[in-house]
Amino acid sequence: MARSNKPMLWLPFAGGGLVAALLTPILILITGVLVPLGVLHLRYETIAAFAENPIGKVILFGAVALPAWHVAHRLRMTAHDLGLGGGIAIKAACYGTAGLLVLAAAGALIAI
Amino acid sequence: MSRRPYVRKVERSWWLQHPRYVAYMIRELTSLFVGLYCALLAVGLVRLSQGHAAWDGFVAAFSSPLGVAFQMACLVFAIYHSVTWFALTPKAMPLRMKGEPVPGIVIVGAHYVAWAVVSIVVLIGAGM
Amino acid sequence: MSETITLEVLRYHPETDSEPHFQRYTVPYKDEWVVLDALNHIKDNLDATLSYRWSCHMAVCGSCGMTINNEPKLSCHAFLRDYRGGVIRVEPLDHFPIERDLVIVMDSFIDKLSSVKPYLIPKQDKPLSAGEYLQTPGELEVFHQYTQCINCLLCYAACPQVGLNEDFVGPAAMALAHRYNLDSRDGGRQARAEVVASNEGIWECTFVGACSEVCPKCVDPAAAIQQTKISASVDWLKDLLTPGVHR
Repeated sequence: MARSNKPMLWLPFAGGGLVAALLTPILILITGVLVPLGVLHLRYETIAAFAENPIGKVILFGAVALPAWHVAHRLRMTAHDLGLGGGIAIKAACYGTAGLLVLAAAGALIAI
Repeated sequence: MSRRPYVRKVERSWWLQHPRYVAYMIRELTSLFVGLYCALLAVGLVRLSQGHAAWDGFVAAFSSPLGVAFQMACLVFAIYHSVTWFALTPKAMPLRMKGEPVPGIVIVGAHYVAWAVVSIVVLIGAGM
Repeated sequence: MSETITLEVLRYHPETDSEPHFQRYTVPYKDEWVVLDALNHIKDNLDATLSYRWSCHMAVCGSCGMTINNEPKLSCHAFLRDYRGGVIRVEPLDHFPIERDLVIVMDSFIDKLSSVKPYLIPKQDKPLSAGEYLQTPGELEVFHQYTQCINCLLCYAACPQVGLNEDFVGPAAMALAHRYNLDSRDGGRQARAEVVASNEGIWECTFVGACSEVCPKCVDPAAAIQQTKISASVDWLKDLLTPGVHR
């Protein structure tokens, strides 16, 4: 038994859980209800300008990366609960998928 | 006297044996929809980086009936995540003020206030 | 003919049984009886071979933990009137080997409990002449609820992670570690972290919360573990950013 390095996984999990709780619902309301209904418009110029701003980049990255990590860690633990084992395959599937989303978001934001 | 302790196996269906565990499994599995929405956002950021036409295509796609239906599911389970997450905050972060414990409902309430503030700020920002 | 109630009790005698089986008993129904009273009635009048642990009969000793209708409970704390009209199924606590009938083998818990160093480890050694440690009522209140554990093991029976991983240190042991970590007289958090902050410690917990739901003394081990996850993570960050600093 030794002190674990789990905090490396758990801290972004906890942060992601909070970001998901505070931010994700309103984002879904906007993209899932208000924009389709025509109440709000997400114009390219406005969003691109926000994404060009360094603070905007950080916010957009956080809104994608942290909840993605949160879900990856949670589903990995749940897979273990369901008897799907704690092996490398589950970890790769969960963190790998989150990693892809993180890289895609980072790549896009760097390019903008 | 011979001892022969009997070890009962934990079944794979353990979580179906009690409503408490079913609720736990629902809580955990529905977080998937938050992750799926993050995937949608990631695609959106990639489309944004690809220019005006790509972005408009993305907006059209998520505004489609299928896109809206998918996001409705995401919204329901994202709200479920928020509610269950906030409910647990007093356990993880007990606060004391002036030597007295802060009631759990105050800690939970503060999170709902933060939720409202963040939502309003984002709405105003998106409206511009 | 006065009212009766039926108990379906798990039996296991290692000298004769290859595996456990259930046996039904009909006992008198009394409003004020608990399941423990029914078991005592069985042992005194119907079947002296039934084995089970009990002592105080008032939910302070922690001896009589059992699974009653699929719920971990103290048998002295489960009233017959709440099961009236149905059959009461009485089994040993989950997640522990069965020694005999309703008696479980709790050696693993005893080991886990001692492994978290459940005693005051002072920040500095003081000679006796320095006098006693002073502690205000406010400082006591910070950790008081975590002192209330009666080691009844209901939380271990309720916790699915205990069932899935036999090395998991478990709720009660970590609630007790938290009791000492929060004690103003204590300086042993780092010493306890070897076990508490290991993979078999707090990190096995997925905040199901069943432990706190079944605890008869409102210790709230789930809260203890989540708070420890935060403090362990902060310690980990501090070690990462300022390595080698003795804490």
